[in-house]
Amino acid sequence: MDLEFSPADEEFRAEARRWLHAHVPREPLPSLETEEGFAAHRAWEAELAADRWSVVNWPERYGGRDAGLLRWLLFEEEYWAAGAPGRVGQNGVQLLAPTLLEHGTEEQRARVLPPMATGEVVWAQAWSEPEAGSDLAALRAKAVHTDGGWLLSGQKTWSSRAAFADRAFGLFRSDPDAARPHQGLTYLMFGLRAPGVTVRPIARLDGKPAFAELFLDEVFVPDEDVIGAPGQGWRIAMSTAGDERGLMLRSPGRFLAAARGLEELWRERGGEPSARDRVADALIGARAYQLFTYAAACRHLDGEAVGPESSLNKVHWSELDLALHETALDLLGPEGEQADTDWAQRYVFALAGPVYAGANEIQRDIIAERLLGLPKGRR
Amino acid sequence: MRFRLDVEQRAFAASLDALLTAADTPRVARAWGRGEPAAGQALWSRLAEAGVFALAVPEAYKGLGPRPVELAVAFVELGRHAVPGPLVETVTAAVLLAGSGPGTAERLLPALASGETLATVTPPGPAGPPPAREAEAGVPGPAEGPRRRPVGTHAPHLPEAPLALDGDTATLRLTWERDGVRRSPGHGPARPSLDPARRLTPLTPGGELLAAPSPTALAWARLATAAQALGVGLALLDRTVAHVGRRHQFGVPVGSFQAVKHRLADAKIALEFARPLLFGAALTLRPADVAAAKAAACEAAYATARTALQLHGAIGYTAEYDLSLWLGKARALRTAWGSPQECRALVVSARDRRW
Repeated sequence: MDLEFSPADEEFRAEARRWLHAHVPREPLPSLETEEGFAAHRAWEAELAADRWSVVNWPERYGGRDAGLLRWLLFEEEYWAAGAPGRVGQNGVQLLAPTLLEHGTEEQRARVLPPMATGEVVWAQAWSEPEAGSDLAALRAKAVHTDGGWLLSGQKTWSSRAAFADRAFGLFRSDPDAARPHQGLTYLMFGLRAPGVTVRPIARLDGKPAFAELFLDEVFVPDEDVIGAPGQGWRIAMSTAGDERGLMLRSPGRFLAAARGLEELWRERGGEPSARDRVADALIGARAYQLFTYAAACRHLDGEAVGPESSLNKVHWSELDLALHETALDLLGPEGEQADTDWAQRYVFALAGPVYAGANEIQRDIIAERLLGLPKGRR
Repeated sequence: MRFRLDVEQRAFAASLDALLTAADTPRVARAWGRGEPAAGQALWSRLAEAGVFALAVPEAYKGLGPRPVELAVAFVELGRHAVPGPLVETVTAAVLLAGSGPGTAERLLPALASGETLATVTPPGPAGPPPAREAEAGVPGPAEGPRRRPVGTHAPHLPEAPLALDGDTATLRLTWERDGVRRSPGHGPARPSLDPARRLTPLTPGGELLAAPSPTALAWARLATAAQALGVGLALLDRTVAHVGRRHQFGVPVGSFQAVKHRLADAKIALEFARPLLFGAALTLRPADVAAAKAAACEAAYATARTALQLHGAIGYTAEYDLSLWLGKARALRTAWGSPQECRALVVSARDRRW
């Protein structure tokens, strides 16, 4: 058992650090939840991609470096420690790309992944519907087969990044007569500017259009934009949900950098003893997440399934993130109310953490039933 | 980078688990708490044969160590089975004595490794002189007697000299004093602990000087305590999961209720995030890493104890039910060898923190 990275891994880390030091914008970019900020973040993705830093763990032929999971973790540590911008393309990179790599065709991968890597095409997710949130399998938006493709109709909502993104992916009900709600669903990709699509941005708590409602009225999608077999959408969407993706949704480097920032803020503000334990807990929580992820990555690399353990992850980082940013705003005192600071922006983002990507109540149900073996009950 | 226990380390844990399951440790712990240590001493010998104490003793003194990762593996199992005795203290004594002169180490360490000697040691006393401010502020100090105390106030609770665990059974008793670690010439009567299996004893100070105080020994003490606490928490979680699966109310297992599930899920999360901190600290032994592991493991174990008590209902509040052995230990370990606030303070102040 050890925590030592190989010299080659450390060289990779050093190379990433040098590149980031030379390229990270000196001033923070405008919020990626604004039109101007979205464009600036898209340009930053292109800059990363030009030197193959945007998707380091992807295969080289799609724009990555085949760096593997451990080096991806090192890259992320360096990335967030360097104060680099938020990643506008993460919905596609974290959610769609692993699905394509596992279930897509080579034609789909070659067509979809390279422009995703450069930020030329930014993807939004289209899972939730007005009547299908935590109970995602209750979704009703439908896909009807037609000549050469599918016609999508219905409503999707809480679609992150959709206000400014280019394309979206999600599940649609293709067989309304299937015996069970999880059956008869198909995984599809569609254009947000295709005929029949109406995007209505939704202002999040601070008024920024961070997500959107999507109204679909017989939107045509060609057969080549179905991922996997029609009717197999649930299995495909879930197959990567708990595994590597659960490890990668929010990297530990992000929280380590935030916790160090909190510590710095605390010292600048005089190191008030009453806040010391909260600062320590942020540091300890971030370190615990880093080591937990190293351990999970090692098991994954040994070919063991990570599975429902990623639910432990989700609850831990989302609650850590929120507590950390609450502490920061408290330390800022009356300034903590100002909405345009980095701390406040990140606080607003952190508020959503316990809700998205599977609400923490759902994660706790999964932990209780699948990891602890408690009996199923009514939700 | 390979941050997971190897096959041998996992097999070591499994063999200790089997040994301790067969030993009926709850019965041993209860006898120990009553001052009847024979069964505990017999179990101690078997743990020593399995190599547990030798892990903290250098090979030069007939040990197998230092092997902090394996020690952490072992102490998780000791905590899971509520093994009584000065376990952490024996490890701490071994590390202190390993830093003493070769004569002392040669004389005392082999018997620690072999299990012939059970050692205890007082934790280092509170830093700095005892508080004198109350007198300055006009509040009567303890010397002035309780009769002059203003109505409605209490005498200030001054820190006492630290007590040693199981000083009445240990055969090597050490006091951690400012000028060094001394062999205590005697001990006072045992005082009760919130953990019924822990016997807290005052040690007579001022005996033979054996070794210098050592931050390394403190790191080992905290590491072993953190591991033991993690084991305590894991046992509390297992027992509670089993209980709520069996116990029916309203015609269904109480473990099918979401309010119950979510408390147990939170306990699981806290324990599973303490675990990598523990093994990370075992690899580095840096004070900040160890302090983080101690704080996280003890908080997780204590939170799990609260959940276990609540979800067992009234039966959990009885001394007779074995759950009480782990409930008390979770409380006691929290403040042993560094309180949560001391450990957190160390995390933010340590210069050796690399994260």
